[in-house]
Amino acid sequence: MTEHVTVHDPRGYPPKVTGKRLAPRLDNLDRKKVYLVDCLFDNSEVFMEQMRDWFAAHLPAVDTQIIKPRQSWVDDPDMRAKIAADGSAAILGVGL
Amino acid sequence: MAASLEQSGVPTIAVHTQVFARLAKSVALANGMPRMRQAFVPQPVVDRSAADLRGYIEGIDPISKRPFVQEVIEGLTKPLQQEDLQGLSFERNTPRLVDPDTEENLHRLFIENHWTDFLPISLPTEKRVAEMLKGTSHPPDKVVGRLRPTNFREFWELTVEKVAVNAVMAGARPEYLPVILALAASGITARSSSTTSFATISVINGPIRNEIGMNSGIGAMGPYNHANAAVGRAYALLSQNLQGGSVPGETYMGSQGNWYAYSATFAEAEEHSPWEPLHVQKGFKPTDSVASVFFGGWYTHAGYGPRATWQEKMRHCLSAAEHYSPPFFVLDPIAARGFAELGFDKKKLIEWFAKNALLPAREYWDNQHIQTLIHPLAVAGVEPYATRLKAKPDELIEMFEAEQINIVVAGGETQGAWKMISGNLRATVSIDAWR
Repeated sequence: MTEHVTVHDPRGYPPKVTGKRLAPRLDNLDRKKVYLVDCLFDNSEVFMEQMRDWFAAHLPAVDTQIIKPRQSWVDDPDMRAKIAADGSAAILGVGL
Repeated sequence: MAASLEQSGVPTIAVHTQVFARLAKSVALANGMPRMRQAFVPQPVVDRSAADLRGYIEGIDPISKRPFVQEVIEGLTKPLQQEDLQGLSFERNTPRLVDPDTEENLHRLFIENHWTDFLPISLPTEKRVAEMLKGTSHPPDKVVGRLRPTNFREFWELTVEKVAVNAVMAGARPEYLPVILALAASGITARSSSTTSFATISVINGPIRNEIGMNSGIGAMGPYNHANAAVGRAYALLSQNLQGGSVPGETYMGSQGNWYAYSATFAEAEEHSPWEPLHVQKGFKPTDSVASVFFGGWYTHAGYGPRATWQEKMRHCLSAAEHYSPPFFVLDPIAARGFAELGFDKKKLIEWFAKNALLPAREYWDNQHIQTLIHPLAVAGVEPYATRLKAKPDELIEMFEAEQINIVVAGGETQGAWKMISGNLRATVSIDAWR
């Protein structure tokens, strides 16, 4: 019989995952302000402009507004607060 | 950001390109929001015209195979299910030991689990790890620090024992462990998930270089020394395993990968340099042992020198440097002494490099990384970027601050060679603290 050996697991220790609830969804987007968040990746501004134009052409009752964080990769609490204060929904992109 | 908005009561959908689908879903899971609404468009977005991007919007989500806009609108309006309201909390434990098995099966398991760099490893048996731990005075359960593959990922925690396990796998010797622990404690991963395929390059200074037999001479940056090779490989393996993985498409997104990621650690040739060593420049004593971690490895230029036309050569190399990643120079002692004979010390030479790293503003601002990461800062008035943004398109601007450029001396004096390597100095950490 081939000898069995015991070895260490080489992986680190992950943090505990704490579940978070999604926000309630809207009945529809009519007359709602939807923020289009340009995450500042190269060309994402053009993508969001096209999203805005698509809504204007196909769902004109939706009030879209493009908004940008101060930096890419960095959370912008002020921007989030503004969206939460007067926005009904948000579309983020393009990027992580 | 999407999770934070949801928590603020704002229904949100995040749009990604399709190659990030697995990554986006695993990040959502780690954020405790596995059912976060996501929609996908084809890759790439960069360099696509407005008409192309409109085509993405009016086309099919390549992941769900449903119309993209339908995914977006339903993501904001479709009523939540019970699972959406609950979220998902769970503990993840990493066992100390793997189930006993034959060596052959364990080697296969380590490869299948992406725990190696696909080169042969030394299995981390209890005996070998115990022997490795003799290389430090610190207890096995001491927390060394935290690592993560990139900014938006979660940090994983690492202990002395887990670092020792990876050091064994890399073939390191116990006397190398303080160096490896210092690199682990830097908080800088050697397995960055940046799409740009960044690697890390580590420079070791001080007495420990000679104590463990590191090479700063002939072939210092190549596979010609056990300590250089094993320390660099250990840093790479511990980074991928202790941060939660480095798996293509999930925890690694470097488009082309990077050879420096296998092992890139060497010692400075302090005894042959005309200048003070790197760690002394950074405030340490000459008798301190120190590890410096450069984040880069994106480009490498090379030359001889300084010859009669060295200034032209350097200007060509500097202007060709990737704009977001400042260079560090590795000068053979012959090249270093040549610059010293021209009247340069490290500080003066670095200042010359900074003054001559010039590029027309239109080329600088056209760079993808600069557009993504620096342009928003410039618009916000942050200097020196705001001043660079005011330059006319053909006006030459200085790409780097002198503080961003570094010089290290290494090489065996078989040639007056130098290399200019992409490398932002991210950390300079004490090795003595981990003895």
